[in-house]
Amino acid sequence: MADLRINFAGIKCPNPFWLASAPPTNSGAQIHKAFEAGWGGAVWKTIGAPVLNVSNRYGAWHYGRQRMLAINNVELISDRPIEINLHEIAEVKRAWPDRAVIISAMVEAKPEAWRDIVRLIEDTGADGIELNYGCPHGMSERGMGSAVGQVPEYCEQITRWVMDVASIPVIMKLTPNITNIVLPARAGVAAGASALSLINTINSIVGVNLDTLELTPSIGGKGGHGGYAGPAVKPIALNMLAELGKDEIVANSGLPISGMGGIATWQDAAQFLLLGASSLQVCTAVMHYGYRLIEDLCDGLSNWMDEKGFKTIADVTGKSLHRVSEFKDFDLSFRAVARINPDKCIKCNLCYVACNDTAHQCIDLVSPQGDLVSPLSYDVRSNGKHDAVETRPQPVVRDEDCVGCRLCYNVCPVDECIEMIELPSGRESITWSQLSEQQPVITEDWEEMKKYRDRVGIHIH
Amino acid sequence: MESGCKDIGEALKEQLPPLTPNAASIEADRCLYCYDAPCTHACPTHIDIPRFIKKIATNNLRGSAETIFAANLLGATCARVCPVQELCEGACVLGSDHKPIAIGRLQRYAMDHAKQTGGYPVVKAAPTGRKIAVIGSGPAGLSCAGELAKLGHAVTVYEKRDLAGGLSTYGIIALREPVEVALEEVRMIEGLGVEIKTGIELGKDISIAELQAKFDGVVLSVGLGRTPRLGIQGEDAIIDGLEFIESSKSGIIIDIGRNVIVIGAGNTAVDCATIAKRLGAERVTMVYRRTDREMTCYEHEYDFARKEGIEFRFLSQPSRVLIDGGLPVALECLRVELGEPDSSGRPSPIYVEGSEFVLTADQIVKAVGQIKPAVSSLLGLETKKGFIAVDDGFQTSVEGIYAIGDCIRSRGAASTVMAVQDGKLAAMTIHHKLAQQPLTTGVV
Repeated sequence: MADLRINFAGIKCPNPFWLASAPPTNSGAQIHKAFEAGWGGAVWKTIGAPVLNVSNRYGAWHYGRQRMLAINNVELISDRPIEINLHEIAEVKRAWPDRAVIISAMVEAKPEAWRDIVRLIEDTGADGIELNYGCPHGMSERGMGSAVGQVPEYCEQITRWVMDVASIPVIMKLTPNITNIVLPARAGVAAGASALSLINTINSIVGVNLDTLELTPSIGGKGGHGGYAGPAVKPIALNMLAELGKDEIVANSGLPISGMGGIATWQDAAQFLLLGASSLQVCTAVMHYGYRLIEDLCDGLSNWMDEKGFKTIADVTGKSLHRVSEFKDFDLSFRAVARINPDKCIKCNLCYVACNDTAHQCIDLVSPQGDLVSPLSYDVRSNGKHDAVETRPQPVVRDEDCVGCRLCYNVCPVDECIEMIELPSGRESITWSQLSEQQPVITEDWEEMKKYRDRVGIHIH
Repeated sequence: MESGCKDIGEALKEQLPPLTPNAASIEADRCLYCYDAPCTHACPTHIDIPRFIKKIATNNLRGSAETIFAANLLGATCARVCPVQELCEGACVLGSDHKPIAIGRLQRYAMDHAKQTGGYPVVKAAPTGRKIAVIGSGPAGLSCAGELAKLGHAVTVYEKRDLAGGLSTYGIIALREPVEVALEEVRMIEGLGVEIKTGIELGKDISIAELQAKFDGVVLSVGLGRTPRLGIQGEDAIIDGLEFIESSKSGIIIDIGRNVIVIGAGNTAVDCATIAKRLGAERVTMVYRRTDREMTCYEHEYDFARKEGIEFRFLSQPSRVLIDGGLPVALECLRVELGEPDSSGRPSPIYVEGSEFVLTADQIVKAVGQIKPAVSSLLGLETKKGFIAVDDGFQTSVEGIYAIGDCIRSRGAASTVMAVQDGKLAAMTIHHKLAQQPLTTGVV
């Protein structure tokens, strides 16, 4: 069985899964319950400046019958009196010495305010501090949260104030509401932060109610942007995580990264690890299904690690980072085509319509007699299941025209029915970088490009 | 005979409840939205099924119902009575390794919504000044009348019975389709401007000459007749299956025997047996001269009958009804052996001499098909296997007289949805034909 223990910037815990700073970590009672369920750590819901909340705080994005692919919220940081939070933090830490108890903090941009909050947190015995530079709503209007995270200089300044006084590890949490995620991360490195975490929530309006024409959710008739999180944001989070992993300054700093943004399953978790995370935070999935999710997060991850021969979380961390590349370095001669397995195909013909309407028109319909047929070509008097099933054509890919776009693979509802098969292109391996270095005229002039294509045998219909 | 009757309304109430909004939404979302979908091909009226289901998924129920009506005006009946296992659902791509989409029940959901909101089709075409008579108000006639009305024609439907709707009203057991659904469909067709005159029979209350003089076209959708005679002794004590079903739908208490025999093995026979069982018969036996392999009822109907506790006596040919005091007490049968295939492709029954045996019964119902339409000889129309012969455009051997529905079904299984499609296609043919002719009253 794989060893799931981690030591994240000095913070130790039995598994890499922490509850993210959010409603699931609002109180000591909740975190006791979460730790009983098996969570490795918890980032306490942000404490700091005094706030008041509103109701109808959470919106959600559903797709079809799948509820809560993402949540959107305008809830602020903890609205419980700070002494109560501090008291409960101390209690939880005493009761759970082996778990990670990290306190998220956000106060006004004044050195004394940060100094005070750091001291209060350290007095509880907590394992670490997470600097909340991410909340995109409410707090940002008061100059906190993402108002800090969006300006690398502010991030650096405040983190320096904290590092000056902190004696426990400090994690700087990044907002994704920024053009280049690398810049605030570098600010964290410059300020001497112990670790980074990302992503916080994304600015969003989740919808408009079609009966009332009010925003969803409606706060007494008004609404506004809220922080967006959940499975739907995972690809954005993975990209930002990889960007940090590929940035020389951030990567060379050796700062560990706590990854989050849409982790709902152990597969998601493994992907965050592979792209460089060494601790993982979870929120929306738990808000959907409860703390019990931790069981399969650990169990599934552990089984997968055993299968793959990974012994520790550190073995997994960053394992796929070397594969993160850029378009200019992709092999232009790599060729893959789609292949539809007729034994698995249920003939829904979704691949056919997707390819022919919106992609590269390289799937044909072939009748059981082997003839090419058009869709909707049966006689109006033909009916019944036998006619419909026995005359139903089979979608077939024309290899020579398939550009390997992979759209059919993505729309196919049957697992392993469509495969992308590598075929020899007959061309020498070359990247766009190499091409523009070696033969720049081809990359600048369409006529030259045409000649080049003829020369190497690239035919685009 | 003892009356073992239960509350008909309760015993024969519609078997399947409507889908709840949640169930409909979950089911609709399961649909893959196939392209050029096999379910649509399999549907004789070619309803764009993925489209109407997608509209349920997006909560566009009005659009969903409109999609169904565009292909099939009798969507509410078809949603209930179609043998979906043989048609749309039987062709669903999810059926191969999972469970087909419940297309029939989703269609009913959309149709129920149309009924609740009055979201019925409307006539958008300008009046053409053409008049069409439709004889018979069953599914074929209503479909044809409605489609013609939508195209701007003035349509009058003549119905010999007191109520319109044909077999939907009188011949489908309430378990599958309550009378009210059929009558609501009649009202919907009337809402398109179709005039329905009940209690008028062709050849009795109105002549074909009168119709030909008054209308630009006449459409016969007269269906088929009663159950044919078996030609056995004591046959008058046997109840006609269609009448048996009809009485169960009328709401009038009917007498049900304790020991009921149903002769026949088609879908109507199963319906009769179901009624008898549900209304309190202790024992219901279906008697059929061939075996379960040759039964003409759908497989799912056979399964249903067995689950209802109905018994079967195969390889038995009724030969005599035994009567005591004017009432049946038993059915005498001959044992049957199966021989070479006959013209229907099924093994021919060979009656074994001297093999008589007796089945006790205090009520006997026969459902062994329907007699061919009498109207063909009345009007001197050419026939095919006894059915009215028509060309590809549903015209009979007489110019301007068309025929649709069960009365022309010389090939394949008669069904409501086939009748609806006939009506729709005939309406198109008539419409195109009339468009090419100058506007003068008289048969085309």
